Parts: sequence; structure tokens; C-alpha cells
Amino acid sequence: MSEQIILSARGLDFYYGPAQALRSIHLDIPAKKVTALIGPSGCGKSTFLRCLNRMNDLIPGARAEGSLTFHGEEIYQKGRDVAALRRRIGMVFQKPNLFPMSIYDNVAYGPRLHGIRSRSALDETVERSLRAAAIWEEVANRLKRPALGLSGGQQQRLCIARALAVEPEVLLMDEATSALDPISTGRIETLLGTLKDRYTIVLVTHNMRQAARVSSRTAFFLNGEVVERGPTERLFSMPRDRRTEAYLTGCLG
Amino acid sequence: MNPRHIRDFAAKALLWLSAGAVSALLLALAGYAGFRGAPELSWRFLTGQESILGGTAGILPSVVNTLVVIAVSLAVVLPVGVGAAVYLTEYARNRLFVEGAAFAAGVLSGVPSILYAMIGALVFCDKLGLQKTLLAGSLTLSIMTLPTVLRTTQESLKAAPLSYREGALGLGAGKWPMIRTLILPASVDGIVTGCILAAGRVVGETAVLMYTAGLSMVMQDFSSLQSALDASGATLSTALYVYAKERADFGAAFAVATVLLFLTAAINSLAAAVGRRVRRV
Ligand SMILES: Nc1ncnc2c1ncn2[C@@H]1O[C@H](COP(=O)(O)OP(=O)(O)OP(=O)(O)O)[C@@H](O)[C@H]1O
Ligand SMILES: [Mg+2]
Repeated sequence: MSEQIILSARGLDFYYGPAQALRSIHLDIPAKKVTALIGPSGCGKSTFLRCLNRMNDLIPGARAEGSLTFHGEEIYQKGRDVAALRRRIGMVFQKPNLFPMSIYDNVAYGPRLHGIRSRSALDETVERSLRAAAIWEEVANRLKRPALGLSGGQQQRLCIARALAVEPEVLLMDEATSALDPISTGRIETLLGTLKDRYTIVLVTHNMRQAARVSSRTAFFLNGEVVERGPTERLFSMPRDRRTEAYLTGCLG
Repeated sequence: MNPRHIRDFAAKALLWLSAGAVSALLLALAGYAGFRGAPELSWRFLTGQESILGGTAGILPSVVNTLVVIAVSLAVVLPVGVGAAVYLTEYARNRLFVEGAAFAAGVLSGVPSILYAMIGALVFCDKLGLQKTLLAGSLTLSIMTLPTVLRTTQESLKAAPLSYREGALGLGAGKWPMIRTLILPASVDGIVTGCILAAGRVVGETAVLMYTAGLSMVMQDFSSLQSALDASGATLSTALYVYAKERADFGAAFAVATVLLFLTAAINSLAAAVGRRVRRV
């Protein structure tokens, strides 16, 4: 089975002002798979993830060089419609970042933004997204209540629902479970299992067991470089690079 | 008692004293004005107007003029100030320009109001031919309060959580939709504060209005647009000046002062209520 490459970095460099955070990254992200990015703190995982939807644009003085493509088109091309790109490449952040609105309005925020006005269409999208994020049962009878009244785990699943509501192709998740208890984390991992048939997922995690459980490919970052990448099973059982092995041994004990 | 407790106690006592002094001063001022003004305050005084022939005193025209000037100057300064603040904090790219604007606003907010009075008289009354009218006065005051509204709005825009921005942009929101739906609502507090401060300065201003809006204490005609544009006269603060300075009628002056205190309190509570209301939506 040949896999389709949806995102591809070729010699990607990234700078925060004078400081270089990514060095000549070569990495392919296959479509409709879960790809895990692992590595010690400060090695550039978040930076790489935030290049993919150009969230780094918010940081003054930050710039990318080299090639990074989505469906073969340069992400950093001049004149690229960044809003349209971000609509297709959704993001879930480390801390749940719901808006101060009702549960319903949070999920409907994206669709409304993109011009859906009809009540029934919105209702349908909201329900479908909440079901897809495995939180429908818990919130169905309180859609009009403030979203910030939910528990942390529920908030994070609601963030996933909000991201799914604009029907992205890719979902970027930056340590999306690191602030959650084991039960909520387990729920989200199960959820990822159901989403990976329809979405391309790129996930940053410090939890090696989580990477091993949910991802089919893994890339190991160190000091702004990709040291090793490959099928998760192979990388975890037979790391080819000494540094990968050292890191995995340190993490898994 | 050990030294830490003593220090703690001393600090608390000092804080309590200064809070007490502020409240006492405020109460004393309000109490004195009320004490001197109350005998003069009557329904007829509040709802009547002055007539030398009829021998009556009344401040209704000034109350109405005050409300008109507040409404018109806020109606101008609010969209202009908030618009400029959004542009400067969210859109402007040129650092020099942004910092220059902040510097100018800082200087302008410290300029004595008599300078605004002269500029208003020159520009609005003369050059633009508005004469001494409530409109000319309101426009001058909106320029005078612009730096305040600009600054408080800018500060609250900057304080809007980054997570809202990331959340909205991450869903493919454009900049303006993000600002309209999340950043501005999160900034309502600061904008309302700016308006209270602006309204406070408008209510307290005399110099500007004496030069640009006139001193008449006769009821103006607001029934048609033309006559409303021509309306001119004293607000409560200017009336207070006229009573105290030109007529040495201190009873009436203190009565006006009492009304001013109530008006200020009313504006503050109204603004607080509006702020609560908007935030809940
Ligand atoms: N906004 C920023 N401005 C300047 N430097 C930054 C910024 N964000 C990150 N960096 C630097 O870039 C490098 C990579 O950071 P990044 O956040 O991508 O690491 P990470 O792998 O996600 O780490 P963690 O696991 O702790 O989240 C670090 O050296 C960091 O200090
Ligand atoms: Mg990170």
C-alpha cells in the first residue's frame, strides 16, 4: 500500500530573530495517519508544528526558509491565503483555549465564520462535531451553557470538536493531553483512533507510551533537527541512531 | 508580638488610614456641598428655568445641555477613539508611527484645557462657522477626551488573551472577524472605563465650554435638527461658574454642585451596568 504524502518539509530552517530553532528539516507527513513528533524540551517540535499552519506568523521577527509544502504547494509562499490554509489545517493547543461563549457557540464559531448561517445546518454541524469528538453525550443537554464551566478534559475534547467543525484535512495537536488526568487522556487517545481514518493527525507528545499507542509514524527531534524518523514500531523497537536509543531508554526506563 | 506581626499591623493600619482619609474627604466634600445646596434644591429649581421677569431660578436648561454635550462628545469620541486604537494596536506595522501616536496622545492628555478652548474657538466656532454652540463645544471636548479613550482602549486590546487570538486564527478566522467577535468584546471593560473618564472630564469642564458653547441659561430648542445645531448655552459646570463667580449666588452654586455630584455618580453606575451587560452577551 503506497501512502500519499500530504505535508512535506525539504530543508526547512526556522529562525526566531537571530536564533535558529529548526535546521534543515526533511520530513514527510503521510495522509490519514497519526504522526508523532517526540524529543526533549526545546528541540523544536512546537516550532515545526506551528510552521505547518503558519501560527508562527504571530511572533514578530520569526521567519522560515527552505521548502514546506501542503499538497505540493508552498506553505510560506508569498501571497498565500493563510486563513484558508488554517481552515484546512486545524490545531488543538496544549491548554484548552475555548472562547467565553456557550458550548454551542464555540463549536459553531468556525462554521459561522465561513458563512454558514442557517440554523439547521449549524445545529447539524455542531452535533456531528461533538459526536466525532466523543463529547456529545456529556453536553447534549447543556449546549447553551458557558463552555468554560466544563472540566479540563471535556474542554479539550470540545476544542477538538471546534476544530473538526470547519472540516479540516489535518489536525495538529501540541501536547494536547499533557494537562489532563489519565482517564481524560485515555478518552482522547481512543478518540484519535477513530479520527485517524478521516484526518491526518500530527501530534507532539512527551509521553512515549502515548506516541507508541496512537501513532503509526514517529519523528525524533533533537536540537532543531530531525535525528530519526520512521514507522513507530520500528523506531521504538530498533532505533537506528544512538541518540534516539538514548532518549527512548531514558524516557521509558 | 514579634517584629513581623508588628510590621504587618503597621502596614494594615497605614492602608486603613489612607483609605479612610480618602473616603472621609469625599464624604466631607459631598456632605458640605449637599448641606449648603440642599436648602436651595427644589423641584422648581431642578425643572424650571431662570427668568428675571418672573423672578424664578432654575437649572433645567443646564441639565439638558450637559446631557446633550456628554452624548454628542461620546458619540464622536467613542467610534473615533476605538477605531484608532484598533488600527494602532492590531494593524499598524510602522513602529515609529505607533510610538509617535502614543507619545502624542500622552502629551495631548496633559495639555491644559484652556488650550483646547482656544483651538476649539478658532477651528470649530470660527473656521468651520459653527459659532458658540453646544455642537462646537462637544466637538472640542471629543478631541480633548480622545487620548483617554484611545489609551484605555489600546491597553485593554493588548490585554486580550493570546489564547483567543490563537483559537480564532487557528480556525481560519480573518483578522477583523477575530477582533470583532473576541478581542473587542474582551476589551469592553477598558472601553467603558475610557468612556467614564471621558464623560467625567466633559461634566467637569468649564474653560472649553465657556469659549465654545456659550453661557446662556435659557432653554434651547432641540425640536428640529436646525435649531439643535444652533443651540448654545451653559452646562452645569459652566452654570456653577456663572452663579459663583459672576453673581456671587453661592446657594444656587452649591445646589448645582450637589446636582453635579449626583450626575457623576449616575454616570458611573450606568457605565458599570453597561459593562456588565455587554460582557454577559
Ligand atoms: N516565541 C519564541 N521566541 C523566541 N524563541 C523561541 C520562541 N518559541 C520557542 N523558541 C525557542 O525555539 C526553540 C524550540 O522551541 P519549541 O517550543 O519549538 O520546543 P519544543 O520542542 O516544543 O519544546 P517543549 O517540549 O518544551 O514544548 C527553543 O530553543 C525555544 O527557546
Ligand atoms: Mg512545545
